[in-house]
Amino acid sequence: MKKIDIAVVDYGMGNLRSVSKALEHVAPTKTVLVTSDPEQLLKAERVVFPGQGAMPDCMRELDARGLREAVLFAAKNKPFLGICIGLQMLFEHSEEGNAAGLGLFKGEVKRFALADMHLSNGDKLKVPHMGWNQVYQSAINGLEQHALWQGIDDGARFYYVHSYYVQPADASLTAGFSEYPNRFTSAISNNNLFAVQFHPEKSASAGLQLLSNFVDWQP
Amino acid sequence: MGLAKRIIPCLDVTDGRVVKGINFLELRDAGDPVEVAKRYDEQGADELTFLDITASSDNRGLILHIIEQVASQVFIPLTVGGGVREVEDVRRLLNAGADKVSINTTAVLNPQMVADASSRFGSQCIVVAIDAKKVDNQPYQWEVFTHGGRKATGLDAVEWAKKMVALGAGELLITSMDRDGTKIGFNNPLNRAISDAVAVPIIASGGVGNLQHLVDGVKEGGADAVLAASIFHYGEYTVKQAKQYMAQHGIEVRL
Repeated sequence: MKKIDIAVVDYGMGNLRSVSKALEHVAPTKTVLVTSDPEQLLKAERVVFPGQGAMPDCMRELDARGLREAVLFAAKNKPFLGICIGLQMLFEHSEEGNAAGLGLFKGEVKRFALADMHLSNGDKLKVPHMGWNQVYQSAINGLEQHALWQGIDDGARFYYVHSYYVQPADASLTAGFSEYPNRFTSAISNNNLFAVQFHPEKSASAGLQLLSNFVDWQP
Repeated sequence: MGLAKRIIPCLDVTDGRVVKGINFLELRDAGDPVEVAKRYDEQGADELTFLDITASSDNRGLILHIIEQVASQVFIPLTVGGGVREVEDVRRLLNAGADKVSINTTAVLNPQMVADASSRFGSQCIVVAIDAKKVDNQPYQWEVFTHGGRKATGLDAVEWAKKMVALGAGELLITSMDRDGTKIGFNNPLNRAISDAVAVPIIASGGVGNLQHLVDGVKEGGADAVLAASIFHYGEYTVKQAKQYMAQHGIEVRL
């Protein structure tokens, strides 16, 4: 059986090609497998958990493929990278469709409230939050910079497209934040796990640097 | 600081080749979509839009091959439009590596298709393109046209925009048929009317002749992104120059 360096969790929601191509681009010698097989996730050295679409659909499809336990195991035991809905699903509950998440972390996934979407100059902010926004890095456990931020400027821009954001009950999970217009958590870290709201696979050089850091990460 | 306004170069593609955007003299093959896409990425383009203008249905599949190639090497968002008729077309383009699919004439002929595609793949990947023209003697100012601006629809562009968002469009691409190709600037009143009427981002298109037009498109037209073809393709300006100009005029961009 061939060694699987990186497994990308496929639960039938949208296109994972961008994620796998970006990983292959930064790690040409590694084996990247897009899979919906729980066994493969358990065997893989590291796991990427992407997601797009609506969270209730994502949770349903994840369970339909029997992937819940394998994803939770990987999230607790292997280098693990969540992306977009893959971040949101780690929490207890989402306002989107009043859906229960995996509950790995306490907290809520909330929608950008239209009432908050006004700037002092009168401009209206749009929802979804779509485009390149700055990500500010948080100090984690007294470390200067988390390993996944290495080589990336504090305040570098990443590509976002989302209408919901996570609100962790434990503020110390936050590894990065952005402003739209209020501050929201855009990255979390916990031991072997890192998860981001933006799309590193679509964020040009900053995104590729983060993926490269993940591939080399030894938590 | 917050969300940046986006600059989106638009590439016309037919039979697997880029037909506009050929002025990168130093490129080995300036008709090669991958080479052109890479060059725009290097200049700092925030996204790329590919418009499939292939006339023959025999060669329509070639765009899939192009998107596969570009998506393997260029890691910014890619939108594809032109000839998207069915939900199955959307699926094929997304699977090839497109992040968003732009729907134009079909949205008018069959609005339900927008709703179906949005509920299946998510509104984040459904862009509705609206071609609008100023009209007189109507209760509204701008009318939706289809078939490249040749067919009037009797639809009020602002009301149509609201309807498309209600059906699941995650973004709107607004092209002024009066301005397209004129180089006199975007139709800012049209864009402002739509931008103020909907919650989703709008992309302004049609009429850019200089960098001030991009600034006006954001400030006066309320555009969240600006799309341009010829000013970049024929080497008048680089995307980087455009961004520097916008930044100098107080617009937040990704530099």
